[in-house]
Parts: sequence; structure tokens; C-alpha cells
Amino acid sequence: MSNYYESEDLKKFGDIGQHAKSLADDFFKYYGNVTGTDGALSKREKALIALAVSHAQKCPYCIDAYTTQCLETGANPEQMMEAVHVAAVMQAGITLVHSVQMQNHLKKMVL
Amino acid sequence: MTPVVQLKVVPPASKYDFEDQLRRNGIELTPLSIDTLQVNITKLCNQVCRHCHVDAGPQRREMLSPEGIARCLEILERHPPIATLDITGGAPELHPGFDMFVENAVRLQKHVRVRHNLTVQLDGHPQTRESKEYLPKFFAKNRVEVISSLPYYQEYFTDAQRGAGVFHKSMEAMRRLNREGYGVEGSGLLLNLVYNPVGPYLPAAQAGLEADYKRELKEKFGLVFNGLFTITNMPINRFKLHLDKSGQYEAYMEKLLAAFNPAAAAGVMCRSLISVGHDGRLYDCDFNQMLDMDAADAKGRRLSIFDFDFERAMGRPIRFGEHCLGCTAGAGSSCGGATA
Repeated sequence: MSNYYESEDLKKFGDIGQHAKSLADDFFKYYGNVTGTDGALSKREKALIALAVSHAQKCPYCIDAYTTQCLETGANPEQMMEAVHVAAVMQAGITLVHSVQMQNHLKKMVL
Repeated sequence: MTPVVQLKVVPPASKYDFEDQLRRNGIELTPLSIDTLQVNITKLCNQVCRHCHVDAGPQRREMLSPEGIARCLEILERHPPIATLDITGGAPELHPGFDMFVENAVRLQKHVRVRHNLTVQLDGHPQTRESKEYLPKFFAKNRVEVISSLPYYQEYFTDAQRGAGVFHKSMEAMRRLNREGYGVEGSGLLLNLVYNPVGPYLPAAQAGLEADYKRELKEKFGLVFNGLFTITNMPINRFKLHLDKSGQYEAYMEKLLAAFNPAAAAGVMCRSLISVGHDGRLYDCDFNQMLDMDAADAKGRRLSIFDFDFERAMGRPIRFGEHCLGCTAGAGSSCGGATA
């Protein structure tokens, strides 16, 4: 293998059960129940949330998987791009809100 | 002298074995009826869609002969159980005998469906430039069911699949159909739309997507229609070429195989229709037709409209290939949409 991230590896997600099968089984059951069904949120809404999280967490496997899942639940490119902007603006906001801490400390430091 | 040993060439078993899936699920698919005669009257089309399983386009010349059309009408007349004529292509309206075919089938009191690509109304005949603007009135006069492809309620996906400018032309064509009463509640004139994915993925759930289409087309364009049929892209011809070129064929086939749904398999359309090619040969479906997989009776004799026998056709074993996984994946797929 020449790279840390290989797109072919996405197919091996199920292999996380090696050495810890019951834990993996629990995880996949939970995963399927949360993302694979319509609940209080539709499958499409869940796919858009997952797409935003995939970007925030910078996971290339998840970006591929949830781009497809968004399409397979009928989302359109505008909705998908807006979801990524939600992730981006949250990250920017999280960075900026920490400036309050900086300002608090600045006040302490300035006569 | 070394004896020549005749080697029997055994084709490699497909990794995507549809019949194996049927066996494993205890499913036997035999014809249940022939309620629809689906006739592909021409491969000529004003569009060149990237996913087209017919490889249709403006340069194609294949046409069902006048004798072929007469024979189809005779079959419809002689066999009351065949209640529906489903005319497809290409753009079937480009066949010179199209109007006569529709009018005569209507006279026989058959339900007539036309697979109408919308844009032919505005583009006209790609070779003769003959106008086709009369079509909405013609359809309404004959009360045919119009089934039209619209891959999405937005321009981006639609034009990506069907060509630049197709979305806006389709909106105009739908407006003209609506003006004749098509899709309008209480008119009895049916306008159904067809969604199919613009790439190697499965369609979204039909009911939810239909609600999206209805809301968006009404709000943004003031357009109405009756129902939405979701159809899976078949991995054959032009779409398969795209899959091969982009290195996505294996992944798509694995997706179809993993999504095999026994409930969808039970409702496949080849159990209730028979497909007619431009040369009069018969097939289990339009996809088998494009793959030259002729239908044959129980004794292996090819079936044709020129020696049509209902019982022989009903006794035929349906022919399957790996593309059939497209009809059984997820919620299933047929010319009438999801099957499960």
C-alpha cells in the first residue's frame, strides 16, 4: 500500500469485526438503526447530516459513502453543498467563539 | 499426426449470476400473463442520452415496417388479454406510421401508452425537420397515457444525462401537455414521469421523490403530473460503456447484487409483457431486445410477431442475464416504476 487512504478500503469496513466481533456487531446494528431508517428524521435528512459530519471530520471514506447516500435518498446538489456549508460555518464559529477566551485573557494582561 | 482435439469453450461464470440469486431465494420466474405488447418501433431519436440502453440517436435508421405494425394490430385485435399497447423507441413519434398505429390501437379499445421524451415536441424530426408540435393535441384526442423521462426536477442532473437545454425544453413541453389537460386532476389524461439516477446509484424511494417532484415543479414552473416511476439504470450498452470507462462497472454490479430483493423479483415486468423489436422479433423485455437475447418457446424456436402464438409465448422460459439484477435491486425497477 502506498497511501494511508485507499478508496478500495471502504469495502473493508465490515472487517472491523476481526478480533472484536460482538462489539462490531453492536456497532453495525446501532449504525443501521440510526442511518438506515426513516425516523423522526428522514433518511435523506440523516444522510445530509452525515455528509456534513464527514466533511467536518475530514473522512474521505465517509464523504464518498454519504455523497452516494444523499443521491440515493433523493437529495439535490444544492442541499448537499449547503450541508457542507453548515459544517464549515460551525467550524469557523467554533474557532471564532474561542476569541472570547482570548479577549478575556487579553483584558487580564493589559493594564 | 497429432489428433485435433475439439475443445468446448466454456464461458466463464459471471460473478453477478442472476439465476443463482433466484435459486438461492427459491424463486422461479415464469410468465404469468401477456397483458402488454411493448413495441420498440424505432431507434431514431432527437436526443442522445448518456444512459440510453437503446443507443438511440438522430443517426439511427431502424424502423418497424408497415407490415410489422399491421401484424401488431392484428395480434392486439385477436388477443383481448393483451389490453395495453406500450409504444417506445427512440422517440416513437418519429416513426412515419406512429399516428396510424396509435389511432388503430385506440379503435381496438386498447390502452395505449407512449414513451414520449417531451423535447421531440419542440425539436421535431432530426432528419426531415418535420414539426411535432401537434403531439399534445394528438395525444389528448386519442386519450393515450403519456410517460415521459425527467431525471430530476432541476436542470443540473437533467441536462447532465439528457443533453444541454433538455430541462427547459421539457418544462415547456410539459406546459403544453398540461394545457391539453394532461396531469390535471379530473381530466382522465395521464401524464406520468420517469426518474432514473444520473449515475451508478440506486433510485430514492418512489413515493418521497414523487412528492418532491410535485412540490418543486408546481412551485417553480406551475406544472402538474400524475405519478412518478423510479427506474434503475441497466448496466448495458451506453450506460455500461460509461461504467467501464470510468472504472465503476464492478462497483455498480456489486451494489445491484447486494441490493437483490426477492419481493422485487416477484414483480418483474417480463412476467406480464412481451417486447417487440423493429424487425418483429420478440423478447422478454426491451433490455433483452437491446442485447439480442431473443425470446424462444419451450422447444427453442424463436418467437416473432409474424407467426405469433399466444400459448407458445406464454410457455417460453424467460431469459436472464446479469443485467436483470437492475430490475431486482432495492425497491425494484420496471417500465412502470418500483415493483416492491
